[in-house]
Amino acid sequence: MKGNEAIAHAAIRCGCDGYFGYPITPQSEIMETLMELEPWNTTGMVVLQAESETASINMVYGGAGCGKKSMTSSSSPGVSLMQEGISYLAGAELPAVIVNVMRGGPGLGTIQPSQADYFQTVKGGGHGDYKMITLAPASVQEMADHTVMAFDLAFKYLTPVMILADGVIGQMMEKVVLPPFQPRLTEEEIKIKCPWATLGKPANRKPNYIYSLQLEAEEMENLNLRLQSRYRTIEKNEVLFEEFDCEDAEYLIVAFGTSARVCQKAVEMARAHGIKAGLLRPITLFPFPTEQISHYANQTKGMLTVEMSAGQMVEDVRLAVNGRVPVEFYGRMGGIVPSPDDVFEALKKLIVK
Amino acid sequence: MTTNDIINPANLVYAKPSVLNDVPMHYCPGCTHGVIHKLIGEIIGEMGFQEKTIGIAPVGCAVFAYKYIDIDWQQAAHGRAPALATAVKRLLPDRLVFTYQGDGDLAAIGTAETIHACNRGENIAIIFINNGIYGMTGGQMAPTTLHGMKSSTSPNGRTVPLNGYPLDITKLLAQLDGTCYVTRQSAHTVASVRKTKKAIQKAFENSMLGKGTSIVEVVSTCNSGWKLSPADSNTWMVENMFPAYPLGDLKDI
Repeated sequence: MKGNEAIAHAAIRCGCDGYFGYPITPQSEIMETLMELEPWNTTGMVVLQAESETASINMVYGGAGCGKKSMTSSSSPGVSLMQEGISYLAGAELPAVIVNVMRGGPGLGTIQPSQADYFQTVKGGGHGDYKMITLAPASVQEMADHTVMAFDLAFKYLTPVMILADGVIGQMMEKVVLPPFQPRLTEEEIKIKCPWATLGKPANRKPNYIYSLQLEAEEMENLNLRLQSRYRTIEKNEVLFEEFDCEDAEYLIVAFGTSARVCQKAVEMARAHGIKAGLLRPITLFPFPTEQISHYANQTKGMLTVEMSAGQMVEDVRLAVNGRVPVEFYGRMGGIVPSPDDVFEALKKLIVK
Repeated sequence: MTTNDIINPANLVYAKPSVLNDVPMHYCPGCTHGVIHKLIGEIIGEMGFQEKTIGIAPVGCAVFAYKYIDIDWQQAAHGRAPALATAVKRLLPDRLVFTYQGDGDLAAIGTAETIHACNRGENIAIIFINNGIYGMTGGQMAPTTLHGMKSSTSPNGRTVPLNGYPLDITKLLAQLDGTCYVTRQSAHTVASVRKTKKAIQKAFENSMLGKGTSIVEVVSTCNSGWKLSPADSNTWMVENMFPAYPLGDLKDI
């Protein structure tokens, strides 16, 4: 099935309570699949087409505030509209899952795939100091797996989690093993798991408030300190990456998502030509595999970052390397997917020399 | 009658509703937000719905509504309260879900969320406080600001060429098939407070009966923003706001 369809199936299977979305190419199959499957008749999951991405993300906020597994999905221009809501989710410490099946920008851009929303996602597209756990699937299987994982992480750390895919992963068809069915949590279970949820105030507890407003600067700083400490814990515990031919690599390529698939082929081509290349694929973009890349800075002669953008993640690779080896960038923009040949040529020209 | 007679529970004819918190409100003297909060607390208490109610607070003067009414609350981004309420009500269909919003929140930045929640016929109640001005930010022009009315961003009075027309959004919402009860009330006299209470109660009952969206607009004053005394504000409201926003039911099905 398509990557987008895998997300819809996985959402139902992992006990998602509510999906709120607005159509936009190239991810409309997520809501279309959900509407086709009518999960309200089986698991009781709510699926609603909202009037805008702004409304969708705020519906997610409302659902998350009730301790419900709530999600939305969109593509780049739509996710730009959601930034206010994402900042509010972070500020109110609410768990939620947002899927961005990226397309080329800026502006209305193109419906072709892109990875140019890395900065927006990882550096905080909304206002204020917040971070969002970001998962970067590179296969249809990971679209399904990351949906389940995203909800687990969101509730573990009370934070919005982004699945940052691109149009290729959303549209391509692969075999997938769907996750096992988990029932939706009952209200009694939510009360235990999320004692902060607004489910109605019984006489024996204080009212629950979901808010992100603190007029006192000290209080606001305390919230920020709490968030920052949580982000450090996430950086310590949740880094995920995949390595391909890295052990003896003299040249390391760093790429995520669709670019990583292309680069894996380029690494095979390089090896066939006697060039000891390897690929490190970050699966979490925040937290970033800084330590692992730093480790490879000690054994490689140079690194190449490949992205479908003008070069965004490359900045984080350079921070990890901190000048020890050259870090070059190769990318295509505007919806163009680089070919393995392009990457192999770039590797030879920019790094191996 | 001595003080002891007055405070004797047997003689008690009026008390703070149990669902209203015993804290000082931040509202300006003369503002009716407090009165309307009290009505909501009173109704929730009388309906026995404290455990079943989730309120959605706006951005605006009522941003701190959650401090005053003793129920679970969510505080929304500016204008987005109906979107939050939509999700809460759909995920918890047996709860009473209401929003409490001002004119800037509901009729300017949140127009899309308001219209679409009403058009879907979400089973929520919307309490809409219309004082024709942005109170919280210091008296700027609102979509509901009247012709000629002065504000900090229309210092010489609102004019059509520059600012367009006052928006009667309640009239517009009454046109939508998703709304079941649309009414306009006020809270400046004892009689009007009683009528507003009945209206809010009906809106709450409608949402529990699944009849669709109910809107209770309360035409209000903002004596700080209007730069008038509370008493003069009430007179100004009767003479100027009521002709533009006439009281009464616009829809009741």
